[in-house]
Amino acid sequence: MSAGPPAGRDGRATRAVAVVLPAQLRALAGIESAVVVEVSPPVTQRGVLDALEGAWPVLSGTLRDPVTRRRRPYIRYFAGGLDLSHADADAAVPEAVAAGREPFVVIGAMAGG
Amino acid sequence: MSKVRVLVGTRKGAFLLEADGSRRSWEVRGPFFPGWEVYHVAGSPADPERLYASASSSWFGQVVHRSDDGGATWHPVGNAFAYEGVPGTHQWYDGKPRPWEFARVWHVEPSLDDPDVAFAGVEAAALFRTDDAGEHWRELPGLRNHGSGPSWQPGAGGMCLHTVVLDPANANRIYVAISAAGVFRTSDGGATWEAVNKGLRSGEIPSSDAEVGHCVHKLAMHPSRPAVLFMQKHWDVMRSDDEGGSWREISGNLPSDFGFAIAVHAHEPDTVYVVPITSDAHHFPPDGMLRVYRSRTGGDEWEPLADGLPQQHCFVNVLRDAMAVDALEGCGVYVGTTGGQVYASRDSGDHWEPLVRDLPAVLSVEAQTLT
Repeated sequence: MSAGPPAGRDGRATRAVAVVLPAQLRALAGIESAVVVEVSPPVTQRGVLDALEGAWPVLSGTLRDPVTRRRRPYIRYFAGGLDLSHADADAAVPEAVAAGREPFVVIGAMAGG
Repeated sequence: MSKVRVLVGTRKGAFLLEADGSRRSWEVRGPFFPGWEVYHVAGSPADPERLYASASSSWFGQVVHRSDDGGATWHPVGNAFAYEGVPGTHQWYDGKPRPWEFARVWHVEPSLDDPDVAFAGVEAAALFRTDDAGEHWRELPGLRNHGSGPSWQPGAGGMCLHTVVLDPANANRIYVAISAAGVFRTSDGGATWEAVNKGLRSGEIPSSDAEVGHCVHKLAMHPSRPAVLFMQKHWDVMRSDDEGGSWREISGNLPSDFGFAIAVHAHEPDTVYVVPITSDAHHFPPDGMLRVYRSRTGGDEWEPLADGLPQQHCFVNVLRDAMAVDALEGCGVYVGTTGGQVYASRDSGDHWEPLVRDLPAVLSVEAQTLT
Protein backbone atom coordinates (compact mmCIF):
# COMPACT_ATOMS: atom_id res chain seq x y z
CA MET A 1 0.00 0.00 0.00
CA SER A 2 1.03 3.58 -0.56
CA ALA A 3 0.92 5.83 2.49
CA GLY A 4 0.10 9.51 2.31
CA PRO A 5 1.26 12.04 4.85
CA PRO A 6 -0.64 12.22 8.16
CA ALA A 7 -3.72 14.39 7.99
CA GLY A 8 -4.26 14.80 11.70
CA ARG A 9 -5.32 18.17 13.02
CA ASP A 10 -5.28 19.74 16.45
CA GLY A 11 -2.74 17.22 17.66
CA ARG A 12 -5.38 14.51 17.87
CA ALA A 13 -4.41 10.96 17.07
CA THR A 14 -5.37 10.02 13.56
CA ARG A 15 -6.64 6.73 12.26
CA ALA A 16 -5.24 4.95 9.25
CA VAL A 17 -7.90 4.28 6.63
CA ALA A 18 -7.30 2.19 3.54
CA VAL A 19 -8.75 3.55 0.31
CA VAL A 20 -9.16 1.64 -2.93
CA LEU A 21 -9.44 3.77 -6.07
CA PRO A 22 -10.52 3.02 -9.64
CA ALA A 23 -7.73 2.21 -12.06
CA GLN A 24 -8.06 5.50 -13.92
CA LEU A 25 -7.50 7.51 -10.78
CA ARG A 26 -4.61 5.32 -9.64
CA ALA A 27 -3.00 6.04 -13.00
CA LEU A 28 -3.70 9.75 -12.69
CA ALA A 29 -2.19 9.92 -9.21
CA GLY A 30 0.66 7.53 -9.86
CA ILE A 31 -0.65 5.06 -7.29
CA GLU A 32 -0.05 1.38 -7.83
CA SER A 33 -2.36 -0.14 -5.24
CA ALA A 34 -4.57 0.76 -2.29
CA VAL A 35 -3.51 3.77 -0.28
CA VAL A 36 -3.66 4.60 3.41
CA VAL A 37 -4.67 8.03 4.61
CA GLU A 38 -4.56 9.40 8.12
CA VAL A 39 -7.93 10.73 9.17
CA SER A 40 -8.81 12.67 12.30
CA PRO A 41 -11.64 11.05 14.25
CA PRO A 42 -14.48 10.72 13.97
CA VAL A 43 -13.75 9.09 10.62
CA THR A 44 -16.34 10.25 8.12
CA GLN A 45 -16.72 10.05 4.38
CA ARG A 46 -15.81 13.71 4.13
CA GLY A 47 -12.77 13.21 6.33
CA VAL A 48 -11.54 10.33 4.23
CA LEU A 49 -11.96 12.24 1.00
CA ASP A 50 -10.40 15.40 2.40
CA ALA A 51 -7.40 13.40 3.56
CA LEU A 52 -7.16 11.67 0.20
CA GLU A 53 -7.22 14.95 -1.70
CA GLY A 54 -4.78 16.46 0.75
CA ALA A 55 -2.29 13.68 0.16
CA TRP A 56 -2.83 13.54 -3.60
CA PRO A 57 -4.02 16.98 -4.74
CA VAL A 58 -4.35 15.74 -8.31
CA LEU A 59 -7.41 13.82 -7.15
CA SER A 60 -9.18 17.01 -6.13
CA GLY A 61 -12.19 17.42 -8.31
CA THR A 62 -12.20 13.87 -9.61
CA LEU A 63 -14.49 12.37 -6.96
CA ARG A 64 -16.28 15.52 -5.89
CA ASP A 65 -17.05 18.63 -7.85
CA PRO A 66 -14.29 21.05 -6.86
CA VAL A 67 -16.74 23.88 -6.32
CA THR A 68 -19.89 22.30 -4.95
CA ARG A 69 -18.07 19.38 -3.25
CA ARG A 70 -20.91 17.12 -4.33
CA ARG A 71 -20.12 13.53 -5.25
CA ARG A 72 -19.84 13.13 -8.98
CA PRO A 73 -22.87 11.27 -10.31
CA TYR A 74 -20.97 8.22 -11.57
CA ILE A 75 -18.88 7.82 -8.43
CA ARG A 76 -19.86 5.32 -5.76
CA TYR A 77 -18.50 4.74 -2.28
CA PHE A 78 -18.61 1.27 -0.68
CA ALA A 79 -17.39 0.47 2.80
CA GLY A 80 -17.95 -2.36 5.23
CA GLY A 81 -20.34 -4.04 2.85
CA LEU A 82 -22.48 -0.94 2.57
CA ASP A 83 -23.16 1.48 -0.26
CA LEU A 84 -22.32 4.83 1.29
CA SER A 85 -22.81 6.81 -1.91
CA HIS A 86 -25.90 8.51 -0.63
CA ALA A 87 -24.93 8.57 3.03
CA ASP A 88 -24.40 11.77 4.96
CA ALA A 89 -20.86 12.86 4.22
CA ASP A 90 -20.42 13.76 7.89
CA ALA A 91 -21.68 10.48 9.31
CA ALA A 92 -19.17 8.08 10.77
CA VAL A 93 -18.06 5.30 8.45
CA PRO A 94 -18.29 1.71 9.72
CA GLU A 95 -15.83 0.98 12.50
CA ALA A 96 -14.14 -1.72 10.45
CA VAL A 97 -13.21 0.95 7.92
CA ALA A 98 -12.23 3.53 10.50
CA ALA A 99 -10.01 0.92 12.13
CA GLY A 100 -8.35 0.07 8.83
CA ARG A 101 -9.58 -3.52 8.77
CA GLU A 102 -11.64 -2.97 5.63
CA PRO A 103 -11.04 -0.45 2.87
CA PHE A 104 -13.10 2.52 1.80
CA VAL A 105 -13.75 1.61 -1.81
CA VAL A 106 -14.32 4.16 -4.58
CA ILE A 107 -15.65 2.83 -7.85
CA GLY A 108 -16.85 4.30 -11.09
CA ALA A 109 -20.40 3.29 -11.85
CA MET A 110 -20.88 0.81 -14.65
CA ALA A 111 -22.01 2.63 -17.77
CA GLY A 112 -21.78 2.10 -21.47
CA GLY A 113 -23.24 -0.07 -24.14
CA MET B 1 15.11 20.58 -40.72
CA SER B 2 11.52 21.49 -40.05
CA LYS B 3 9.17 19.04 -38.42
CA VAL B 4 5.45 18.79 -37.95
CA ARG B 5 3.68 17.58 -34.85
CA VAL B 6 -0.03 16.86 -35.14
CA LEU B 7 -1.90 16.88 -31.83
CA VAL B 8 -4.96 14.66 -31.89
CA GLY B 9 -7.63 14.57 -29.21
CA THR B 10 -10.01 11.61 -29.25
CA ARG B 11 -12.85 10.09 -27.28
CA LYS B 12 -10.41 7.75 -25.58
CA GLY B 13 -7.14 9.61 -25.24
CA ALA B 14 -4.65 11.78 -27.08
CA PHE B 15 -2.18 10.94 -29.81
CA LEU B 16 0.81 12.78 -31.20
CA LEU B 17 1.84 12.26 -34.82
CA GLU B 18 5.25 13.53 -35.86
CA ALA B 19 7.08 13.74 -39.15
CA ASP B 20 9.99 15.60 -40.63
CA GLY B 21 9.39 18.36 -43.14
CA SER B 22 8.78 15.91 -45.95
CA ARG B 23 5.67 14.70 -44.07
CA ARG B 24 6.01 11.25 -45.67
CA SER B 25 6.76 9.08 -42.65
CA TRP B 26 4.88 9.55 -39.40
CA GLU B 27 5.65 8.40 -35.88
CA VAL B 28 2.53 7.83 -33.80
CA ARG B 29 2.66 8.18 -30.03
CA GLY B 30 -0.16 7.46 -27.62
CA PRO B 31 -2.67 6.99 -26.32
CA PHE B 32 -1.96 9.55 -23.66
CA PHE B 33 -4.60 9.67 -20.91
CA PRO B 34 -6.25 6.46 -22.19
CA GLY B 35 -9.92 6.24 -21.45
CA TRP B 36 -10.34 9.99 -21.05
CA GLU B 37 -12.14 12.18 -23.55
CA VAL B 38 -9.55 14.60 -24.83
CA TYR B 39 -11.47 17.48 -26.31
CA HIS B 40 -8.39 19.45 -27.26
CA VAL B 41 -4.59 19.41 -27.29
CA ALA B 42 -2.81 22.66 -28.07
CA GLY B 43 0.76 23.81 -28.31
CA SER B 44 2.16 27.19 -27.34
CA PRO B 45 3.29 29.30 -30.29
CA ALA B 46 5.83 30.90 -27.97
CA ASP B 47 7.30 27.56 -26.85
CA PRO B 48 6.22 24.63 -29.00
CA GLU B 49 7.40 22.15 -26.40
CA ARG B 50 4.72 23.48 -24.04
CA LEU B 51 1.52 21.56 -24.65
CA TYR B 52 -1.84 21.65 -22.93
CA ALA B 53 -4.38 18.83 -23.06
CA SER B 54 -7.95 18.97 -21.86
CA ALA B 55 -9.04 15.53 -20.64
CA SER B 56 -12.43 14.93 -19.13
CA SER B 57 -14.55 12.03 -18.08
CA SER B 58 -18.18 11.52 -17.23
CA TRP B 59 -16.93 9.75 -14.10
CA PHE B 60 -14.05 11.88 -12.93
CA GLY B 61 -14.63 15.35 -14.33
CA GLN B 62 -12.00 17.61 -15.80
CA VAL B 63 -8.24 17.25 -15.69
CA VAL B 64 -5.90 19.55 -17.59
CA HIS B 65 -2.48 18.14 -18.38
CA ARG B 66 0.65 20.02 -19.36
CA SER B 67 3.79 18.90 -21.08
CA ASP B 68 6.99 20.92 -21.13
CA ASP B 69 8.86 18.58 -23.43
CA GLY B 70 6.73 18.22 -26.51
CA GLY B 71 4.58 15.45 -25.13
CA ALA B 72 7.30 13.13 -23.84
CA THR B 73 6.01 13.59 -20.30
CA TRP B 74 2.82 15.09 -18.93
CA HIS B 75 1.56 16.11 -15.54
CA PRO B 76 -1.83 17.28 -14.32
CA VAL B 77 -2.25 20.95 -13.54
CA GLY B 78 -5.17 22.92 -12.14
CA ASN B 79 -8.69 21.67 -12.67
CA ALA B 80 -10.64 24.16 -10.58
CA PHE B 81 -12.76 26.26 -12.91
CA ALA B 82 -14.88 28.39 -10.60
CA TYR B 83 -17.18 31.02 -11.98
CA GLU B 84 -16.63 34.46 -10.54
CA GLY B 85 -19.27 35.69 -8.13
CA VAL B 86 -22.80 34.39 -8.06
CA PRO B 87 -23.03 32.35 -11.26
CA GLY B 88 -26.57 33.32 -12.19
CA THR B 89 -28.49 31.46 -14.84
CA HIS B 90 -28.66 30.85 -18.54
CA GLN B 91 -31.50 29.12 -20.38
CA TRP B 92 -31.81 25.38 -20.61
CA TYR B 93 -33.23 23.46 -23.57
CA ASP B 94 -36.73 23.89 -22.20
CA GLY B 95 -36.29 27.65 -21.95
CA LYS B 96 -36.14 27.60 -18.17
CA PRO B 97 -33.35 29.25 -16.20
CA ARG B 98 -30.47 26.98 -15.27
CA PRO B 99 -27.50 27.87 -13.08
CA TRP B 100 -24.15 28.12 -14.74
CA GLU B 101 -22.29 24.91 -13.89
CA PHE B 102 -18.87 23.90 -15.14
CA ALA B 103 -18.77 20.69 -17.18
CA ARG B 104 -15.54 20.56 -19.18
CA VAL B 105 -12.91 22.46 -21.12
CA TRP B 106 -13.65 22.32 -24.82
CA HIS B 107 -10.73 24.33 -26.12
CA VAL B 108 -7.40 25.63 -24.90
CA GLU B 109 -5.86 28.56 -26.74
CA PRO B 110 -2.30 29.31 -25.65
CA SER B 111 -1.09 32.90 -25.79
CA LEU B 112 0.78 33.87 -28.90
CA ASP B 113 3.77 35.21 -26.98
CA ASP B 114 3.81 33.80 -23.44
CA PRO B 115 3.90 30.04 -22.89
CA ASP B 116 2.58 30.41 -19.34
CA VAL B 117 -0.58 32.16 -20.49
CA ALA B 118 -3.49 30.31 -22.02
CA PHE B 119 -7.23 30.69 -22.38
CA ALA B 120 -9.76 27.94 -21.80
CA GLY B 121 -13.19 27.90 -23.36
CA VAL B 122 -15.52 25.84 -21.22
CA GLU B 123 -19.01 24.40 -20.91
CA ALA B 124 -21.20 25.98 -19.55
CA ALA B 125 -19.97 28.83 -21.66
CA ALA B 126 -17.28 30.97 -20.08
CA LEU B 127 -13.71 31.97 -20.72
CA PHE B 128 -10.92 31.27 -18.26
CA ARG B 129 -7.29 32.38 -18.26
CA THR B 130 -4.16 31.00 -16.68
CA ASP B 131 -1.00 33.01 -16.12
CA ASP B 132 0.97 30.20 -14.53
CA ALA B 133 0.94 27.49 -17.16
CA GLY B 134 -2.32 25.97 -16.09
CA GLU B 135 -1.78 25.66 -12.36
CA HIS B 136 -4.58 28.11 -11.68
CA TRP B 137 -7.44 29.34 -13.82
CA ARG B 138 -9.53 32.47 -13.33
CA GLU B 139 -12.64 33.42 -15.15
CA LEU B 140 -12.91 36.52 -17.31
CA PRO B 141 -16.45 37.16 -16.07
CA GLY B 142 -17.20 40.11 -18.30
CA LEU B 143 -18.15 37.67 -21.04
CA ARG B 144 -20.66 35.67 -19.06
CA ASN B 145 -21.96 38.86 -17.54
CA HIS B 146 -22.70 40.29 -20.95
CA GLY B 147 -26.26 41.49 -20.72
CA SER B 148 -27.46 38.72 -22.98
CA GLY B 149 -26.02 35.94 -20.80
CA PRO B 150 -29.28 34.91 -19.14
CA SER B 151 -30.76 34.25 -22.59
CA TRP B 152 -28.00 32.00 -23.87
CA GLN B 153 -29.12 28.46 -24.65
CA PRO B 154 -27.12 25.32 -25.34
CA GLY B 155 -26.75 23.77 -28.73
CA ALA B 156 -27.15 20.03 -29.08
CA GLY B 157 -23.61 19.47 -27.86
CA GLY B 158 -24.00 21.58 -24.78
CA MET B 159 -23.55 25.28 -24.12
CA CYS B 160 -19.90 25.37 -24.95
CA LEU B 161 -17.39 28.09 -25.59
CA HIS B 162 -15.49 26.21 -28.25
CA THR B 163 -13.51 28.81 -30.19
CA VAL B 164 -10.97 31.36 -29.01
CA VAL B 165 -9.24 33.48 -31.65
CA LEU B 166 -6.41 35.78 -30.60
CA ASP B 167 -5.60 38.80 -32.73
CA PRO B 168 -1.86 38.72 -33.46
CA ALA B 169 -1.85 42.47 -34.09
CA ASN B 170 -3.67 43.45 -30.92
CA ALA B 171 -3.17 41.49 -27.70
CA ASN B 172 -6.32 43.01 -26.23
CA ARG B 173 -8.52 41.80 -29.05
CA ILE B 174 -10.03 38.33 -28.59
CA TYR B 175 -12.92 36.66 -30.35
CA VAL B 176 -14.85 33.76 -28.88
CA ALA B 177 -17.72 31.69 -30.22
CA ILE B 178 -20.40 29.97 -28.18
CA SER B 179 -23.00 27.42 -29.20
CA ALA B 180 -25.66 28.59 -29.32
CA ALA B 181 -25.10 32.22 -28.44
CA GLY B 182 -22.82 33.49 -31.18
CA VAL B 183 -19.61 35.49 -31.50
CA PHE B 184 -18.33 37.89 -28.88
CA ARG B 185 -15.42 40.30 -29.13
CA THR B 186 -13.34 42.07 -26.56
CA SER B 187 -10.99 44.96 -27.18
CA ASP B 188 -9.71 45.27 -23.62
CA GLY B 189 -8.21 41.88 -22.97
CA GLY B 190 -11.44 40.30 -21.82
CA ALA B 191 -12.82 42.82 -19.34
CA THR B 192 -15.80 43.76 -21.50
CA TRP B 193 -17.40 42.07 -24.48
CA GLU B 194 -19.78 42.86 -27.26
CA ALA B 195 -21.87 40.50 -29.35
CA VAL B 196 -20.80 40.68 -32.99
CA ASN B 197 -23.39 38.70 -34.90
CA LYS B 198 -24.80 41.27 -37.29
CA GLY B 199 -25.66 39.63 -40.58
CA LEU B 200 -26.06 36.12 -39.23
CA ARG B 201 -29.38 34.58 -40.12
CA SER B 202 -30.48 31.55 -38.16
CA GLY B 203 -33.75 29.89 -38.99
CA GLU B 204 -33.55 27.84 -35.81
CA ILE B 205 -34.45 30.81 -33.64
CA PRO B 206 -37.63 32.88 -33.68
CA SER B 207 -35.92 36.14 -34.59
CA SER B 208 -33.62 35.21 -37.41
CA ASP B 209 -31.44 38.28 -37.01
CA ALA B 210 -31.29 38.31 -33.22
CA GLU B 211 -28.22 39.72 -31.49
CA VAL B 212 -27.53 36.35 -29.85
CA GLY B 213 -28.82 32.81 -30.18
CA HIS B 214 -26.80 31.86 -33.25
CA CYS B 215 -25.18 28.45 -33.30
CA VAL B 216 -21.72 29.40 -34.50
CA HIS B 217 -19.64 26.27 -34.97
CA LYS B 218 -16.14 27.63 -35.59
CA LEU B 219 -14.17 30.74 -36.50
CA ALA B 220 -10.91 31.05 -38.42
CA MET B 221 -8.53 33.92 -39.07
CA HIS B 222 -5.35 34.31 -41.08
CA PRO B 223 -2.71 35.96 -38.87
CA SER B 224 -1.63 38.37 -41.58
CA ARG B 225 -5.14 39.78 -41.95
CA PRO B 226 -6.80 39.82 -38.55
CA ALA B 227 -9.69 42.02 -39.59
CA VAL B 228 -11.05 39.20 -41.72
CA LEU B 229 -12.84 36.31 -40.03
CA PHE B 230 -14.36 33.20 -41.51
CA MET B 231 -17.15 31.27 -39.84
CA GLN B 232 -18.78 27.89 -40.19
CA LYS B 233 -22.20 28.34 -38.66
CA HIS B 234 -24.74 25.61 -37.95
CA TRP B 235 -25.96 26.37 -41.43
CA ASP B 236 -24.09 28.89 -43.60
CA VAL B 237 -20.44 29.70 -44.15
CA MET B 238 -19.86 33.36 -43.37
CA ARG B 239 -17.19 36.02 -43.67
CA SER B 240 -16.53 39.30 -41.92
CA ASP B 241 -14.18 41.96 -43.28
CA ASP B 242 -14.58 44.34 -40.37
CA GLU B 243 -13.45 42.47 -37.26
CA GLY B 244 -16.79 40.80 -36.84
CA GLY B 245 -18.77 44.02 -37.17
CA SER B 246 -20.85 42.50 -39.92
CA TRP B 247 -21.08 39.15 -41.66
CA ARG B 248 -22.02 38.06 -45.14
CA GLU B 249 -22.69 34.59 -46.45
CA ILE B 250 -20.05 32.97 -48.67
CA SER B 251 -21.54 29.48 -48.95
CA GLY B 252 -21.75 29.86 -52.73
CA ASN B 253 -21.74 26.53 -54.55
CA LEU B 254 -21.11 24.27 -51.57
CA PRO B 255 -23.18 21.05 -51.69
CA SER B 256 -24.23 21.75 -48.12
CA ASP B 257 -23.45 24.77 -46.02
CA PHE B 258 -23.89 22.82 -42.82
CA GLY B 259 -20.65 21.78 -41.17
CA PHE B 260 -18.44 22.20 -38.19
CA ALA B 261 -14.81 22.87 -39.13
CA ILE B 262 -13.24 25.76 -41.01
CA ALA B 263 -9.59 26.67 -41.57
CA VAL B 264 -7.49 29.14 -43.52
CA HIS B 265 -4.44 28.27 -45.62
CA ALA B 266 -1.20 29.13 -43.85
CA HIS B 267 0.16 31.29 -46.68
CA GLU B 268 -2.90 32.38 -48.64
CA PRO B 269 -5.35 34.48 -46.59
CA ASP B 270 -8.12 34.00 -49.11
CA THR B 271 -7.82 30.23 -49.31
CA VAL B 272 -10.37 28.69 -46.98
CA TYR B 273 -11.30 25.09 -46.20
CA VAL B 274 -14.58 23.62 -44.98
CA VAL B 275 -15.97 20.09 -44.75
CA PRO B 276 -19.62 20.11 -45.81
CA ILE B 277 -21.86 17.85 -43.76
CA THR B 278 -25.26 16.77 -45.05
CA SER B 279 -27.48 18.44 -42.46
CA ASP B 280 -28.10 19.03 -38.80
CA ALA B 281 -29.97 15.74 -38.72
CA HIS B 282 -27.47 13.79 -40.82
CA HIS B 283 -23.98 14.33 -39.46
CA PHE B 284 -22.09 12.73 -42.33
CA PRO B 285 -20.84 13.96 -45.70
CA PRO B 286 -23.24 14.30 -48.61
CA ASP B 287 -23.65 11.10 -50.62
CA GLY B 288 -21.25 9.19 -48.36
CA MET B 289 -18.26 10.94 -49.95
CA LEU B 290 -15.79 12.74 -47.73
CA ARG B 291 -14.77 15.91 -49.49
CA VAL B 292 -12.95 18.91 -48.18
CA TYR B 293 -13.97 22.03 -50.05
CA ARG B 294 -11.51 24.79 -50.81
CA SER B 295 -12.15 28.35 -51.86
CA ARG B 296 -9.24 30.33 -53.28
CA THR B 297 -11.37 33.44 -53.53
CA GLY B 298 -12.20 34.01 -49.89
CA GLY B 299 -15.52 32.23 -50.27
CA ASP B 300 -18.45 31.96 -52.67
CA GLU B 301 -16.56 29.77 -55.15
CA TRP B 302 -15.64 26.33 -53.81
CA GLU B 303 -13.96 23.28 -55.30
CA PRO B 304 -14.15 19.74 -53.93
CA LEU B 305 -10.94 18.06 -52.83
CA ALA B 306 -11.38 14.32 -52.91
CA ASP B 307 -8.16 12.71 -54.13
CA GLY B 308 -7.24 10.19 -51.46
CA LEU B 309 -10.36 10.67 -49.38
CA PRO B 310 -13.04 7.94 -49.20
CA GLN B 311 -15.61 8.44 -51.92
CA GLN B 312 -18.08 5.75 -51.03
CA HIS B 313 -19.76 4.44 -47.90
CA CYS B 314 -18.26 7.16 -45.78
CA PHE B 315 -20.50 8.30 -42.96
CA VAL B 316 -18.15 9.93 -40.53
CA ASN B 317 -18.26 13.46 -39.21
CA VAL B 318 -15.53 16.08 -38.93
CA LEU B 319 -16.00 18.00 -35.71
CA ARG B 320 -15.37 21.70 -35.19
CA ASP B 321 -11.84 21.45 -33.84
CA ALA B 322 -10.76 18.61 -36.10
CA MET B 323 -9.17 20.49 -38.99
CA ALA B 324 -5.82 22.27 -38.95
CA VAL B 325 -3.05 23.50 -41.20
CA ASP B 326 0.72 23.53 -40.86
CA ALA B 327 2.97 26.36 -42.00
CA LEU B 328 5.37 24.43 -44.21
CA GLU B 329 5.72 25.13 -47.89
CA GLY B 330 2.75 23.69 -49.64
CA CYS B 331 0.66 24.06 -46.51
CA GLY B 332 -0.26 20.77 -44.91
CA VAL B 333 -3.94 20.31 -44.15
CA TYR B 334 -5.13 17.80 -41.55
CA VAL B 335 -8.63 16.46 -40.98
CA GLY B 336 -9.72 14.08 -38.23
CA THR B 337 -12.94 12.12 -38.36
CA THR B 338 -15.31 10.53 -35.92
CA GLY B 339 -14.34 7.26 -37.57
CA GLY B 340 -10.85 7.57 -36.14
CA GLN B 341 -9.01 8.55 -39.29
CA VAL B 342 -6.65 11.48 -39.62
CA TYR B 343 -6.17 12.48 -43.24
CA ALA B 344 -3.36 14.75 -44.36
CA SER B 345 -2.49 16.68 -47.47
CA ARG B 346 1.00 17.99 -48.20
CA ASP B 347 -0.14 20.18 -51.06
CA SER B 348 -2.85 22.47 -49.80
CA GLY B 349 -5.52 19.83 -50.21
CA ASP B 350 -4.89 18.57 -53.74
CA HIS B 351 -4.00 15.06 -52.55
CA TRP B 352 -4.74 13.27 -49.30
CA GLU B 353 -3.61 10.20 -47.45
CA PRO B 354 -4.49 8.72 -44.08
CA LEU B 355 -1.91 9.12 -41.33
CA VAL B 356 -3.85 6.79 -39.04
CA ARG B 357 -7.08 4.91 -39.67
CA ASP B 358 -8.31 3.37 -36.47
CA LEU B 359 -8.07 5.82 -33.61
CA PRO B 360 -11.05 6.45 -31.38
CA ALA B 361 -13.39 9.15 -32.66
CA VAL B 362 -11.33 12.25 -33.30
CA LEU B 363 -12.45 15.35 -31.43
CA SER B 364 -9.65 17.74 -32.31
CA VAL B 365 -6.60 18.17 -34.51
CA GLU B 366 -3.92 20.80 -34.22
CA ALA B 367 -0.72 21.08 -36.24
CA GLN B 368 2.55 22.49 -34.94
CA THR B 369 5.27 23.50 -37.36
CA LEU B 370 8.59 22.99 -35.61
CA THR B 371 11.91 24.38 -36.72
